[in-house]
Amino acid sequence: MDRIPILRMGEFLLVTIQVDMHDQLALRLQDDLTQAIDKKGAKGVLIDISALEMVDSFIGRMIADISGMARILDAKTVLVGMQPAVAITLVELGLSLPGVATALNVERGMQLLRQTLDEAHADSALER
Amino acid sequence: MPTLHSSGELPLKSEHDMVLGRQMVRRLAQEQGFSLVDQTKIVTAASELARNALIYGGGGMLKWEVLLDGLKRGVRLTFQDQGPGIANIELALTDGWTSGHGLGLGLSGARRLVNDFELDSVVGQGTRVTVTRWK
Repeated sequence: MDRIPILRMGEFLLVTIQVDMHDQLALRLQDDLTQAIDKKGAKGVLIDISALEMVDSFIGRMIADISGMARILDAKTVLVGMQPAVAITLVELGLSLPGVATALNVERGMQLLRQTLDEAHADSALER
Repeated sequence: MPTLHSSGELPLKSEHDMVLGRQMVRRLAQEQGFSLVDQTKIVTAASELARNALIYGGGGMLKWEVLLDGLKRGVRLTFQDQGPGIANIELALTDGWTSGHGLGLGLSGARRLVNDFELDSVVGQGTRVTVTRWK
């Protein structure tokens, strides 16, 4: 059965979507990723879609759902690498992915995740 | 009047057909010299409409046509299913309205991504959506 690999990088998980996904594959990723967050205690998820040439409402919703589910599991999701043509089309389609953090590439996405984690650590230190 | 340059058909019976359909539409748009943004728009519209034909229509056909109109080139796609049809077309074209579990952006969103959009539906007989994007 097809699966999109989920790589672990320290406290974070990295998913690189490199195939034109059919709907079941997208749903399986949602399942696999939420389980991986739980099992590995991941604090952040990077979803790299730089190879995706199209994001329709189904994939868009899958991404928004993953972000919401991860938040409930105390992990932050950053969507990285969206191609400009995909961004233009997605907004025109009517999906602007509210609540989903984005970054231009994996490197900046990683920075954003680290920053968010550091702030969270600082806050919890202050509370003590 | 636009003239027909070439045409063909593809079944839409499974999710795999949807993926093949998207790839074919991408190829057609590339061959007509569409810009990357225009390619992405028609491929995305095709994906939405193919999914509708599959999920709500129980499967169907995708007919593609390459049109020539003077110096203009266009890709016209027709999605035909023999499903339950759409009782209230105006409602179905409203952003956010869905009879299923989607976001309700399929039809309304696809309409925004193309130049021409036509929807014919007969309750109990099926739905036909025709979209055209011009270069």
